[in-house]
Amino acid sequence: MTDPSSIERHTFDVVVVGAGGAGLRAAIAAHDAGAKVALVCKSLLGKAHTVMAEGGIAAAMGNVWSEDNWKVHFRDTMRGGKMLNHWRMAQLHAQEAPERVHELEEWGALFDRTPDGLISQRDFGGHRYARLAHVGDRTGLELIRTLQQRAVALGISVFMECTITKLFSDGERVSGAFGYWRESGRFIVFEAPSVVLATGGIGKSYKVTSNSWEYTGDGHALALAAGADLVNMEFVQFHPTGMVWPPSVKGILVTESVRGDGGVLRNSEGRRFMFDYIPEFFKAETADTEEEADRWYNDKTNNRRPPELLPRDEVARAINAEVKAGRGTPHGGVYLDIASRHPAEYIKRRLPSMYHQFKELADVDITAEPMEVGPTCHYVMGGVAVDPDTGESDVPGLYAAGEVAGGMHGSNRLGGNSLSDLLVFGRRAGLNAAYAAARKRERASVSDDDVRAAAEHALAPFSSTGDENPYSVQHDLQEVMHSLVGIIRTAEEMQQALDKLTELRKRTARMSVEGHRQYNPGWHLALDLHNMLLVSECIARAALERTESRGGHTRDDYPATDDTWGTINLLCRLDGDSVNVRQVPLPSMPDELRALFDEK
Amino acid sequence: MGYDLNMKVWRGDATGGELVPYTVPVEEGEVVLDALHRIQATQSGDLAVRWNCKAGKCGSCSAEINGKPRLTCMTRLSTFERGETVTVTPMRTFPIIRDLVTDVSYNFKVAETIPAFAPEKRRDDGTYRMQQEDVERGQEFRKCIECFLCQDVCHVIRDHEENKQAFSGPRFFLRYAELEMHPLDTNDHRKLAQERAGIGLCNITKCCTEVCPEGIKITDNAIIPVKERVVDRSFDPVTWLGRKIFRRDQLPESQTPTLPQD
Ligand SMILES: Cc1cc2nc3c(=O)[nH]c(=O)nc-3n(C[C@H](O)[C@H](O)[C@H](O)COP(=O)(O)OP(=O)(O)OC[C@H]3O[C@@H](n4cnc5c(N)ncnc54)[C@H](O)[C@@H]3O)c2cc1C
Ligand code: SF4
Ligand code: SF4
Ligand code: FES
Repeated sequence: MTDPSSIERHTFDVVVVGAGGAGLRAAIAAHDAGAKVALVCKSLLGKAHTVMAEGGIAAAMGNVWSEDNWKVHFRDTMRGGKMLNHWRMAQLHAQEAPERVHELEEWGALFDRTPDGLISQRDFGGHRYARLAHVGDRTGLELIRTLQQRAVALGISVFMECTITKLFSDGERVSGAFGYWRESGRFIVFEAPSVVLATGGIGKSYKVTSNSWEYTGDGHALALAAGADLVNMEFVQFHPTGMVWPPSVKGILVTESVRGDGGVLRNSEGRRFMFDYIPEFFKAETADTEEEADRWYNDKTNNRRPPELLPRDEVARAINAEVKAGRGTPHGGVYLDIASRHPAEYIKRRLPSMYHQFKELADVDITAEPMEVGPTCHYVMGGVAVDPDTGESDVPGLYAAGEVAGGMHGSNRLGGNSLSDLLVFGRRAGLNAAYAAARKRERASVSDDDVRAAAEHALAPFSSTGDENPYSVQHDLQEVMHSLVGIIRTAEEMQQALDKLTELRKRTARMSVEGHRQYNPGWHLALDLHNMLLVSECIARAALERTESRGGHTRDDYPATDDTWGTINLLCRLDGDSVNVRQVPLPSMPDELRALFDEK
Repeated sequence: MGYDLNMKVWRGDATGGELVPYTVPVEEGEVVLDALHRIQATQSGDLAVRWNCKAGKCGSCSAEINGKPRLTCMTRLSTFERGETVTVTPMRTFPIIRDLVTDVSYNFKVAETIPAFAPEKRRDDGTYRMQQEDVERGQEFRKCIECFLCQDVCHVIRDHEENKQAFSGPRFFLRYAELEMHPLDTNDHRKLAQERAGIGLCNITKCCTEVCPEGIKITDNAIIPVKERVVDRSFDPVTWLGRKIFRRDQLPESQTPTLPQD
């Protein structure tokens, strides 16, 4: 089975790994640019994480507030990321998002409307104006279905339930990818001069998470192994509102739209505690009384934003602190109340899937009683370091877009900025991958030795006779990351985490799996675990190095935000088997953009 | 308060299989998918199941629970009597791959035969204008999470493999309805709905509507209206244009779209 001549082979111009919003948009763009495209994904088509996104797509279309434009969106994004974002990515993102949304409509998407028939936009944390194009609270479904239907109509080749485990290189540039079919366990080789990674995030390494089994950091690990850098890996977003009860749903997301649409947070004493946690950085733009906060929903010109809509890192830390101080709910969260603020009809219309989710899974009627919520690991800001305009990494021919790419969101992502990121940078990566493939004359080729080595590596868990079960290793890894590299961090704990990761890595060498190669989740997990461990190590090492608190990285031993760190990015690179972290200066933004931050 | 749940899970592949009994410790508030995952983690590491979101949003985890097509992630264990054995089998309408995982490629093939959306041109300012009431009908159909439970339960294909050639199934009747009622689409899909999708084979048993986890009124709101339009077609093209709701300005030329594959 490891004989290269017996393995299925395909030749394409562009291989896109991942079929969420970023991968689909990249594939469509590459196809439109004339390339022959393969779209590969681990799950069935249409089931990627993007399908779960709820709240909306951030784009400064100005449909609800005509004052809104790309400069305001750019400024909000940079401030939300505590100025660590790559300015050029944030700029392109803010400028191009509106057109990407209109394009979805042209491909069949049906967004909610304003009274004059335009695409409606809703409020979200950190956004100055109501800016999120949405469809109730199932925007991701609309986005992925629209792109999926477009890709199918264009006749793009889709390889679903097919997992990529290795990228090939011909020494100079990427030359293809290796994977297995989940259904049969058989191997498959793609030869291609351009590969776009669009594999999403890493959240499955944490115990409490809104992420699915797919989020094992495959793209991050594939890029590292191919020689690319990862940037900003210390920044992991804990969404402030995940479900906390019952235990089996702990971590499942409660969309920020609940707060965007007027929901408020209270502790066990009934206090709207967010007023006690307004940081200096956001004081000028945040309401300091309940009255002003409540007026803001209808009059944004004369009132400031409620503190419940501060960026996610601020809200998550505040909830964490309230629970620690003993003011939490019976199940260790805080109350999120929309029931007392809007009539039941309104809630059901604006938040149908939240209503359904709580009713079915927790026996809670959100139109009548408050929800219990707490932080959940949600999104990784860190990812493959890419050129902002083209999406290309340091490795020629290797592109990345979407959650797997880094830089765009700095130290903290604003809600709604991911779906727009997928569209803007998915398209850019796809186009540029196609152009590069067209420029290259010789066919990409992959050597038999490389194929054989990849196949042997993939089969290793079957020949091992060790006593380790991949499910227990994963369980222990989630425990380590959750308790030692979680929402609040210290040097001592992260050092401990690194030691434990080394131990876990040793245990993976003793993993064995039962059964055969056909649709065997135990085997799949055994392979994914290598990626999870590698990426977890990057997070822990970068987090240990950054001796300050900023965005999605909070150090108990360095609680302050430190200006000298404000100009430094941390890059992770693989050196043999070990992860190296190095400091590089943050790209500095041109004066005309900098001037936007002096204005009020 | 945990307890031990007795389960029977179908295990096997295309060549055959059997119901395997398991006893699984479960906790209050858990769903069937939690119990399956615990079997995977502690008893049978190779038990094949599909899932992604665990919150009823992705439509991956479909199976038959005590004979009823359901999402395993949205089926609370508290809906069963204590002591009742919970039996989980794969969707019957699709060929088995392994254990609870079936080959649903039929659905993806049908999807390829659906004509592409063909919109009017944007306005000069680059936008489209539609009213909320105009989009709501289509939005109901676009809630579909492609769990394929309606396809699984539909008797036209459930026990009649041969009908799969000529019948798209309820999920895809939704697509025709959605395109027909889309305020911007310019094609006439009625010929295809009848000849290619085989909507005539549906005898409105409403079983599909009953199992839809999204509560989409597949029969009443999608299938019946499309059937009515198909009947109208031979008489009067103007009726069809009139029925394409809310088209205020120019009426575009309507045409039967070219098929992606013919
Ligand atoms: C519950 C929830 C709600 C959210 N709500 C919002 C929101 O309202 N607004 C917003 O902007 N963002 C939201 N987000 C974040 C946003 O949805 C994600 O960041 C985004 O969808 C990621 O898209 P992606 O295209 O990068 O990756 P995904 O959609 O995750 O797709 C990844 C793809 O890569 C494939 N893949 C992974 N590894 C491999 C491999 N080794 N081989 C082959 N294929 C592979 C997967 O199968 C999948 O197809 C939400 C996230 C969650 C979890
Ligand atoms: S109503 Fe029609 S499509 Fe639905 S299950 Fe019955 S026969 Fe099938
Ligand atoms: S219509 Fe309902 S039952 Fe059918 S696939 Fe869609 S969500 Fe599932
Ligand atoms: S796992 Fe997504 S619907 Fe059940």
